[in-house]
Amino acid sequence: MDRQDWAIRTERLRRVYKVREPGRKGELVALDDVNLTVYRGELFGLLGPNGAGKTTLIKILTTLLAPTSGRAWVLGIDVMEAPHRIRPRINMVSGGETSGYGLLTVRENLWMFAQFYGIPSPVAHRRIRSLLEQMNMLDRMHTKLSDLSTGLRQKMNIARGFLTDPEVLFLDEPTLGLDVAAARDVRRMIRTWMAAHPGRTVLLTTHYMHEAEELCDRVAIIHGGRILACDTPTNLKRRLQREAIFQIRTGPMNGLNPQTLERLPGVRRILYRVTPTGVRLDCYLEDEAALGPLISTLTEHRVRLEALEKREPTLEDVFVHMVGHGLDEGEGTHAG
Amino acid sequence: MDGLRRFWFGFKVGAWLGWQIESNWTDPFLFAVYSVIKPLAAAAILVVMYAVVSRNAFEHPLFTYIYLGNAFYMYVGGVLQGVSWAVVEDREHYRTLRYVYITPVSFMAYLLGRGLARFVITTIAVLVLLASGVLFLHLRLDWAAVNWPLFLAGLFLGVTMLAFMGLMLAGVLMLTVHHSWFVGEAVGGALFLFSGAIFPLEVLPQWLRPVGYALPITYWLELLRRTLVGSTARAFPTFAHLETPELFALLAAMTAGVMLLGGVVFTACERYARRAGLVDRVTNY
Ligand SMILES: Nc1ncnc2c1ncn2[C@@H]1O[C@H](COP(=O)(O)OP(=O)(O)OP(=O)(O)O)[C@@H](O)[C@H]1O
Ligand SMILES: [Mg+2]
Repeated sequence: MDRQDWAIRTERLRRVYKVREPGRKGELVALDDVNLTVYRGELFGLLGPNGAGKTTLIKILTTLLAPTSGRAWVLGIDVMEAPHRIRPRINMVSGGETSGYGLLTVRENLWMFAQFYGIPSPVAHRRIRSLLEQMNMLDRMHTKLSDLSTGLRQKMNIARGFLTDPEVLFLDEPTLGLDVAAARDVRRMIRTWMAAHPGRTVLLTTHYMHEAEELCDRVAIIHGGRILACDTPTNLKRRLQREAIFQIRTGPMNGLNPQTLERLPGVRRILYRVTPTGVRLDCYLEDEAALGPLISTLTEHRVRLEALEKREPTLEDVFVHMVGHGLDEGEGTHAG
Repeated sequence: MDGLRRFWFGFKVGAWLGWQIESNWTDPFLFAVYSVIKPLAAAAILVVMYAVVSRNAFEHPLFTYIYLGNAFYMYVGGVLQGVSWAVVEDREHYRTLRYVYITPVSFMAYLLGRGLARFVITTIAVLVLLASGVLFLHLRLDWAAVNWPLFLAGLFLGVTMLAFMGLMLAGVLMLTVHHSWFVGEAVGGALFLFSGAIFPLEVLPQWLRPVGYALPITYWLELLRRTLVGSTARAFPTFAHLETPELFALLAAMTAGVMLLGGVVFTACERYARRAGLVDRVTNY
């Protein structure tokens, strides 16, 4: 692929924040040596836990924030050299916040943003209607934003992102805080839009694994400001193909420490989760032969086995493999 | 979008939104109280104080001087606040600053547009104040004798100058961490006594007068008074040595200077905010 096909490119991108809190002065490296290429027409996912640097990267690419060093281009244009040439061609939405002018209606809010981009009113109104329809909120078109639930406000904001028909759309955790149905609307919307507008690019951040797996052509796993891996979900999972992953459901562990299990030969990692009905162990084994000793150890400690299942690797397993813990949990959870 | 369109769209949409916000009073009565009765009440206090001190000398030219100065000074707080406040409002209240910032329009033009609505509302208040002065307080305002072209030109220059002072404040507000409520009104209030609004600069102690002479607002108020009440205004010493055209030229030069400075300061602040990660900082915490 040549330069023409790059929607986004970063080179040795680094961002350091100055921390000025009392008692905690210093610097925080939010992005470190990030080299990334996103091609036109891609639905690209950035997957990482809280504080990984996802939002920081999006802010740099949307011209809100300057990099500390390194360079970044959107549609071939340097974000520091000519931000005003990038802005008409991109748009951005962050989930989990309810921005907007409460005193204006949904339609007025959207129309106003279309005006910023010089979109003629008839075109804007046509697009607004169709977007709200796809979002299942056409009946709220004339409702003041202040009278909308937070979920609907967020959906309106996502509609705002598509409204200007951007060449590159940045979605920062678009489904954060939405209920299941609304999140499904949003994901369907993204897919529909991508299908209807080939050549448009979406960069999406999420910490929902299934979302990345379901939507994205390629995924970058970001942690601690660094890109750990970047590939298609299938290829990422293929890296784990040689591992055997078993999910075991048990009763109480009777004092058995999961770390003891991890020390067994052939056991890579044990993820330990307490569920309402007992305990769930995700066991990452070098091969199936390691399963025997593992089961024996459990039965030796009189741990009641309830279910045993071999499963295909998921994106979450890739993440665990690279980062050392699950996305939805902090360090050390696997140790119980 | 070319530069001109970026400016025009930003200004236009900012003005539309500003008007929606400023005139968003579900109760027209409240709107009237806020935009008209409040300034009237403030003027009434001044009038009563004047009446007590001067023993009701409403015929004295000083009354006209004070009354007009006070009326037009309302633009200072209004425009400074209108332009600069949009930064804080969009950032902290509506949470839209980052989205507006990354649109193609000139952010500066957007803020100037936001200030326009305040200008319009202040104009309503100024007109009501002037009319009440003429009707009830023997304000020596002869509508036929007013130099309208010069008055309108002066008003336009002054408001432009205030808008760019507002931009400087807006730039500073982009960098401040704390919620700096009503900083525009506050700055306006602080400059009130130094701008010859309600007394000639000669009343100030010698060492404070340079502040007044350095403020473009002083020249602007004097020019407006002269275009409205001509000779009455010339009776005061502050700029007596200046002919009206000279005053106008000075104000034009100062406005140009403020515009240049405002643009430079705002751009520098904006650039710094982007470097330091302050553009939409509030949403992170
Ligand atoms: N303006 C700022 N000043 C100082 N530190 C900041 C600032 N913004 C972000 N950080 C820090 O930089 C790191 C990366 O933050 P960022 O918001 O990019 O992470 P994220 O991946 O988006 O996380 P989340 O999933 O929580 O949204 C975090 O440690 C955060 O605390
Ligand atoms: Mg984030």
